Amino acid sequence: MQKSMKKYFALFALPTIIAFSVAFVLPFILGVYLSFTEFTTVNDAKWVGLSNYVKAFSNQDFLNALWFTVKFTVVSVLTINVFAFILAMLLTRGKKGTNLFRTVFFMPNLIGGIVLGYIWQLIINGVLYKFDLTLTFDPKYGFWGLVVLMNWQLIGYMMIIYVAGIQNVPKDVIEVAKIDGASRFQVLRNVTLPLVMPSITICLFLTLSNSFKLFDQNLALTAGAPAKQTAMLALDIYNTFYGKTGWEGVGQAKAVVFFVLVALIALVQLLITRRKEVES
Amino acid sequence: MNKLKKMLGIMLVFTLVTVLAAACGKSDNSAAGENGAKGEGASNGAKEIYFLNFKPEIAEVYEKIAKDYEAETGVKVKVVTAASGTYETKLKSEISKKDAPTIFQINGPVGYQAWKDYTLDLKDTKLYSYLSDPSLAVTSDGGVYGIPYVVEGYGIIYNDAIMQKYFALPDKAVSISSASEINNFATLKAVVEDMTAKKDQLGIKGVFASTSLGAGEQWRWQTHLANLPLYYEFKDNTEFDNTVLAGLAANEVQFKYADNFKNIFDLYTNNSVTKGALLGGKSVADSMAEFALGQAAMVQNGNWAWGQINEVGGNVVKAEDIKFLPIYTGVNGEEKQGLAIGTENYLAINSKVSPEKQQASIDFLEWLFTSDKGKAYVTQELGFIAPFNTFNENEKPADPLAKEVMSWMEKDVTSVPWTFAAFPSEEFKNQFGDALLQYVQGNQSWDEVVKVFTESWAAEKAK
Repeated sequence: MQKSMKKYFALFALPTIIAFSVAFVLPFILGVYLSFTEFTTVNDAKWVGLSNYVKAFSNQDFLNALWFTVKFTVVSVLTINVFAFILAMLLTRGKKGTNLFRTVFFMPNLIGGIVLGYIWQLIINGVLYKFDLTLTFDPKYGFWGLVVLMNWQLIGYMMIIYVAGIQNVPKDVIEVAKIDGASRFQVLRNVTLPLVMPSITICLFLTLSNSFKLFDQNLALTAGAPAKQTAMLALDIYNTFYGKTGWEGVGQAKAVVFFVLVALIALVQLLITRRKEVES
Repeated sequence: MNKLKKMLGIMLVFTLVTVLAAACGKSDNSAAGENGAKGEGASNGAKEIYFLNFKPEIAEVYEKIAKDYEAETGVKVKVVTAASGTYETKLKSEISKKDAPTIFQINGPVGYQAWKDYTLDLKDTKLYSYLSDPSLAVTSDGGVYGIPYVVEGYGIIYNDAIMQKYFALPDKAVSISSASEINNFATLKAVVEDMTAKKDQLGIKGVFASTSLGAGEQWRWQTHLANLPLYYEFKDNTEFDNTVLAGLAANEVQFKYADNFKNIFDLYTNNSVTKGALLGGKSVADSMAEFALGQAAMVQNGNWAWGQINEVGGNVVKAEDIKFLPIYTGVNGEEKQGLAIGTENYLAINSKVSPEKQQASIDFLEWLFTSDKGKAYVTQELGFIAPFNTFNENEKPADPLAKEVMSWMEKDVTSVPWTFAAFPSEEFKNQFGDALLQYVQGNQSWDEVVKVFTESWAAEKAK
């Protein structure tokens, strides 16, 4: 079997490889190439060297968006994972109605980002109107609005992953720890956490990359208002590409920088958390 | 067993090859079909053209026109409409496709600069010769690249029923007795402020409908209202024939009439239905609804807004009560100022599609603006004031705002041209709009707004 697998490897892998290169590798290479050119549509590019990257980094909007994104990511990764883990702990105790609660918490994840953005815009504006304010009055409203939205959407999803992880922790190990006189906190700290490390890795990865490349929710909730102060990286790239005539190449350059950043952060995080994983 | 495996393997390979062959064969077929169509096209003209529409509010009418045209000539018109505020985005992605739009729109000389590689010279078309004023077209080096198809006007729309109610009040603070006597900013201000004081008697929530400043909803201020101070500023520059040319040549602006802009903008926001801090959440549709429901007496917008006023559920405004007033800002001699009249919609033909498709596109446009059926659509359903001499006196739109625009054009006043055709970019307008939002929310002083205006003009021009 092993031998015939090897023999036919190319045959079985070929369709996927073709699809992958047509849908991903080629556009990616074209995208990187375009970031060194000036163009209106992708068919008429003119080589300009590094000047797009220079423009991108001397562009205040881009740096603001970067800083805003970093702040947002730190806050939302922390809150989402903490809440999701607490919920998962609560919902693995075999209490009545566990399944109903799991379903309810998971449901927000089924709604698309644009819809969520508009719904939360209505909710938040509805509250702020009482104080004669709107979401666009101050960037901090937009920031916390995004954090709340993102939490609401992702906590349920991460919770499910944590639930799966926690259920995999062998009961006898916890029993033994308890017999040895470990407190609840000690059990959590020294038994449960190390054993659910694979779940933590995957949840951190998902929240981190999702927060970093957030777009729909940002566009629908604030669209960057006021004065682009709540625009995140993806939205800034979109605005540069489509909003400024002659800046398409710069938008492309920003997108390449963006890709490198997301890839780097995700890889570093995976390396760090993988190392903490233990075999149960 | 081994034999079976081998057989299975061979069968799999066979299936794969068949699927692949089928997939390739299919694309071959379609290519052949297209070639066939092209071959046919050489003798009969293209069978399908693609019109990328700019105005979402009239998308349905274009669908009807396309159906009629196909029934009459056999040429299919594919109409795609970009959502409000996304035309450039849509155009950019559509035009690089294989099936690119054959007819698209550019928004004047600045738009032409972005799309000049794609626009066909229309100098020799009949369509161009039908223009009642050929100077309206977008031209460059003797070529004609954009043909205007609609003239529009904007100003302050008012509800005369509410105004008459006000002027009938015994304790009104002004001496004039009808809205048509308002002919400068001082009078307008006196009337508006007195009306605000008596808004409970008049049964309105505010004199002006909301000043929409949400993202993508700011164009009435960062473009239309900004047109006035810049029109006066460029008019002072006598080196140029018209203000658009002066604007295109200006690498910097002083925003000399900034105080005039502030006059009218403050008047709008201080006497509005909505408080300043809430304006970031308001849209144009909100403010048109407020006007249609009789909650506000005035709103700044153009004749295209008639549909929006007319279609609001619970609309209380009668067609005969809707009138226009020019936007007065306190400039000397503004008693002679009329509405702002012009166009930013120019039809262009894609120069990169096949000559048959180009010709078919031109034929369609000529049909639309010259045939009886086409003209009936243009005047009655699209509601365009079309700038072509193929339209008779009795073929003019019937909606009250379009009629008002035409009557203002005949009055003894100077219409303000749409100088914003010379604004450097969308980015400039958006930065100014954002600054206006910050100003009404009290986060920025007026001086900072002026600074943003001049600096972003210079920055966008420098690129």
